[in-house]
Amino acid sequence: MIQLIYLTVLLPFAGFLLNGIFGSKIKNEKVIGWIGSGTIGLSFLIVVGAFFETLAFPVEQRQHIITLFNWLSVGSLNVSIAYQVDQLSLTMALIVTGVGFIIHVYSIGYMHGDKGFWRFFAYLNLFIFAMMNLILADNFVLLFLGWEGVGLCSYLLIGFWYDRKFEKSTTSDAAKKAFIVNRIGDFGFLLGMFLIFLTFNSLNFNEVFTRANALNISTTVYSFIAIFLFIGATGKSAQIPLFVWLPDAMAGPTPVSALIHAATMVTAGVYMVARCSIIFASAPAIMTVVAVIGLVTALFAATIGLVQNDIKKVLAYSTVSQLGYMFLAMGVGAFSAGIFHVMTHAFFKALLFLGAGSVIHGMHDQQDIQKYGGLKKYMPTTYKTFLVAAIAISGIPPLSGFFSKDEILWSAYANAGFIYWFIGVVTALLTAFYMFRLLNLTFEGKHRFDVQHIHPHESPNLMTIPLIVLAVLSVLGGFIGIPEIFSGEHGNNFHGWLEPIFANAQVRLAQYGSHTHFEEILLMVLSVVGAAASIFFARHVYLKNQKIAEHTASKFKGIYKILFNKYYVDEAYDKAIVQPIYKTSESLLWKITDVKLIDGLVNGTASVIDFVSGKIRKIQTGVAQTYAVVMMLGIVAALFWIIYSL
Amino acid sequence: MIPIEFYLVLSAFMFITGVVGVLTRKNAIIVFMSIELMLNAANLSFVTFSSFLGNNIGQLFVFFVMTVAAAESAVGLAIIIALFRNKLTINIDEINILKW
Amino acid sequence: MENNLLITYLLLIPLVGSIFLLSLPKEKEATIRIFGLIVSLAAFVLSLLIYFRFDPANAGFQFTQKLMWVEKLNVSYFVGVDGLSLILVLLTTFLTPLTLLSSWKGIQKNVKEFTFFMLMLEVGMLGVFVSLDLFLFYIFWEAMLIPMYFIIGIWGGPKRIYASVKFFIYTMFGSLLMLVAIIWLAVYASGPLGVFSTNLLDLYQVGPTIAKQIQYLMFAAFAFSFAIKVPLFPLHTWLPDAHVEAPTAGSVILAGVLLKMGTYGLIRFCLPLFPQAAIAFAPYISVLAIIGIIYGALVAMVQTDMKKLVAYSSVSHLGFVVLGIFAMTQQSMQGAIIQMVNHGLSTGALFLLVGIVYERTHSREISDYGGIAKVVPLFSVAFMIASLSSIGLPGLNGFIGEFLILIGSFKSEVLNSWWFTAFAASGVIFAAVYMLWMYQRVVFGEYHPTPKLEHLTDLNTREMIVLIPIFIFIVWIGVYPTTFLKLTDAVSASIIHQVTTASSVLVK
Repeated sequence: MIQLIYLTVLLPFAGFLLNGIFGSKIKNEKVIGWIGSGTIGLSFLIVVGAFFETLAFPVEQRQHIITLFNWLSVGSLNVSIAYQVDQLSLTMALIVTGVGFIIHVYSIGYMHGDKGFWRFFAYLNLFIFAMMNLILADNFVLLFLGWEGVGLCSYLLIGFWYDRKFEKSTTSDAAKKAFIVNRIGDFGFLLGMFLIFLTFNSLNFNEVFTRANALNISTTVYSFIAIFLFIGATGKSAQIPLFVWLPDAMAGPTPVSALIHAATMVTAGVYMVARCSIIFASAPAIMTVVAVIGLVTALFAATIGLVQNDIKKVLAYSTVSQLGYMFLAMGVGAFSAGIFHVMTHAFFKALLFLGAGSVIHGMHDQQDIQKYGGLKKYMPTTYKTFLVAAIAISGIPPLSGFFSKDEILWSAYANAGFIYWFIGVVTALLTAFYMFRLLNLTFEGKHRFDVQHIHPHESPNLMTIPLIVLAVLSVLGGFIGIPEIFSGEHGNNFHGWLEPIFANAQVRLAQYGSHTHFEEILLMVLSVVGAAASIFFARHVYLKNQKIAEHTASKFKGIYKILFNKYYVDEAYDKAIVQPIYKTSESLLWKITDVKLIDGLVNGTASVIDFVSGKIRKIQTGVAQTYAVVMMLGIVAALFWIIYSL
Repeated sequence: MIPIEFYLVLSAFMFITGVVGVLTRKNAIIVFMSIELMLNAANLSFVTFSSFLGNNIGQLFVFFVMTVAAAESAVGLAIIIALFRNKLTINIDEINILKW
Repeated sequence: MENNLLITYLLLIPLVGSIFLLSLPKEKEATIRIFGLIVSLAAFVLSLLIYFRFDPANAGFQFTQKLMWVEKLNVSYFVGVDGLSLILVLLTTFLTPLTLLSSWKGIQKNVKEFTFFMLMLEVGMLGVFVSLDLFLFYIFWEAMLIPMYFIIGIWGGPKRIYASVKFFIYTMFGSLLMLVAIIWLAVYASGPLGVFSTNLLDLYQVGPTIAKQIQYLMFAAFAFSFAIKVPLFPLHTWLPDAHVEAPTAGSVILAGVLLKMGTYGLIRFCLPLFPQAAIAFAPYISVLAIIGIIYGALVAMVQTDMKKLVAYSSVSHLGFVVLGIFAMTQQSMQGAIIQMVNHGLSTGALFLLVGIVYERTHSREISDYGGIAKVVPLFSVAFMIASLSSIGLPGLNGFIGEFLILIGSFKSEVLNSWWFTAFAASGVIFAAVYMLWMYQRVVFGEYHPTPKLEHLTDLNTREMIVLIPIFIFIVWIGVYPTTFLKLTDAVSASIIHQVTTASSVLVK
């Protein structure tokens, strides 16, 4: 199966071609849907097979490279289309194909009746193709191909309903924003790649990382490489300052938000940092930057999510916040904890989004939670699975979210310090709060919509079964990563599985003293208690006494306004960057420099010549006598000259 | 014997008169007459030198000049007639089609 | 040196074909068009034949032919190809039949003259790429101006006379400087060589030994002429007018091939003939190139006319190529060469697509469009592929060129600074901005059926036949560029070697 890993990339591409070329002719939605989902399902099976095969190998031999062909070979630059099957890529592949398959099946139900049904599945398959390239690549360039490819698919899928309006502009605008903000990150990523090539003379992971381990390169170089790579990561994974595209990406259909903007594409940045762990570990300053940005983003986004009224917006900011956690993990050296959170987050966030989709579907495209309320009796399965996901994301044991989030918080405390832990916990409390605010306002309490005219209904099986599967995973998924204090020396299976990947990086990072088990348990208990308190507080406010919320909002009107308007970041970017560039280009660069100055010079030369010619041509009077006069004068002058020179 | 200078000065005066006529007169036929005057002034010079140098070449050349002058007048007058037929004027100042 | 006639045949086919074309009666338009198409296809087939017999490992010139032409001046008819010329010859012979096919409906009056001029243009372009004698090169260089002048001037848009005259005189102005430099060089070379010679191979020996001041002047003269053609900022202002006013076929050939003649000249003549000057000037020209990249992109962003937008995007793309040339590393040179081909394909495709909608609606203003994805889905897909190729999406051709150029210039010792690459790389952001914004305003959004958009129909078979080969190559170069890179591998290495070894020779 390991040898067939390239099929996991090619099968989705084949699905894309099939649905893309013939999709509009195939009238049966089920066929299109199952072609699309089937390819991903097959890929998942291959990945599972490869996983078990890899497990059978001893730890030192768990990396296999499958090379397809030589892609780019110029001078010392040697890049192939080759796939690396190791612990990290297998973990990511399982997530991508597994959750991807579930979401594909869900989409068959969700996108029912849409006239672009075939296009949707074609794009989704193309996305999986690009994502698989990204995570299976054995070199930076192929990773970058996947990186940009997922950006393209994100663009196509966000703007899927291309003739619709979205907030103040259109879905296409949101798509374009996503692509361009991503591109700004890619600019950083490219510079990082170039610097890697200059330093290590290769872009192949194995070669670069072995040389990184062996050679003595200055920290400054590592820092530059790391910061450039991290800029790319902030673009793709929506961290400060390039997170602005993610909330707008909610313009796309909900399965897109679930797959791309929750479970897979946005985690590409995290994956990339994990893959380049040795580079980051060699640049301690940048590790701090990563951790701080992750932390601040987590808090920042959580505060915005507190007051949003669009169900998908809350989830979008929640995603940005959780991604912040993952980067916090990376920044404090807990690489496998970050990947663990990628996995658990994929489960419960996808579940949340799909559940939201189910609600939106049942409420006939209404997304404002102020118009929801009491939906739990109309959509029981959706409600139950949503509840499971909410508990998971709040970090309540024994669901998966608890294990992953807790490991991150503990690593933050142990490796970085109290303040990191503290802010992380505050964010966790906010997470629990806004999550249950969302749940309560949507499912519990009284209806805030017209029951006579709007009949919410539960979604069909194609949509609810995926929800149930994800809920089970959200509950059980954490058990492979039980921390050592509970499970003993080698109990944390997840950590042990990924350990060889990060071994060299961990060596680079000095061990930050030792902490007692007691501290760990104490902190754990504190965060769980805090989360539970948050949940109850949310329940109290939004279920029993909504007046508290309204009262708080009116008392802190200024702060509320700032939070509701997302700190005016979009407006700030627009005023500071977008408008100036556009206005300068139009007036200064085009109209003045190009048209008036440069072209003016060209046309000016022409008119000068025109002017001079105009003056000179007056000599031609057309009258023969003037010519005769000139001739005569010339002869006289010549005669004088000859006579005088003699 | 009349000194040679008298002939040459006369020739010069005739030539200058011809030149002035060519350059200043408006009527095309008058211009042609002036050109003939210039040619004849040259002829006079030729004959003068021929006589004073005792060489016949000068007088021979006068024949050439006269022939050419005759031919040139014929052609020139034909052109003037054609010009008149088109432009209805032989005032040189008005014939300026090649003006800028 | 072989006396191989293949290249002469390659030049003769369009030449004889076009002259024979003149004898056909002008009413039989279909016959004329088909005949022109067959002639250009024959040229393409012959160039393929040359390709298959070409030896990529040999960095020298192959299929050469040398015939004495003007004895007294030692000027010979000396032609030959190496990897660089061959890839551009292939691009030319590939694009010409496609442009002829694309103008089937677009050109309605004076079809005979149009086809004649296109074929003569092909002769001129091919001649430029294969001449190895400076005099011959100059003749072909000037020769391609005349058909282009007529093509823009007769079949162009409203301001066509202004555009074609501007194009002609601007380019000729540069070429005259180049002529002076050619003569000066030949006279100078008569010292070491013993005889006045315009033979390129001989001049390659003499070039590096020229005194520094003189070499700088000669380099400047040559580079000026080529820079106008490329076009390099700030000598680019003829391009928007020429492109906008030219008919679709003219624009495609102008963008696809003519602009490459400038960069080809830089690589073929400026670098090896004046290596010390090239290295001295490299940072300054690179700065101009980078200004071109960013400036071109920003001005493209604010255009309202689709064709002008694509024209300014050409300025931006070719800025990358010039940067690649003067960074003088193997990667950047290879990147520059492949990007020349890429630009020909992707910008050619873009002009074809704009021309396709223009034929139907007679409007190039972006504001007249919107939401046309609903009515012309095939066109939208084609437009997306061409746009993505232009943006440099990995997997398509643009990425290969841009990536190689950027990574090459990053580690360039000639430029010796990261800043060049940093600024140039920001071009990828702006490229995405202007391209996607145009695409969105034209294709996405709500569709309002206005009278202008009445006749908007989707791509027909002929148009698909024109576009599909281009897209095949767009994907081929993106996924398996080795086929193309190996053609020019030896040449790039040899030129870089020539420049770097020569410049280490001390010159007074």
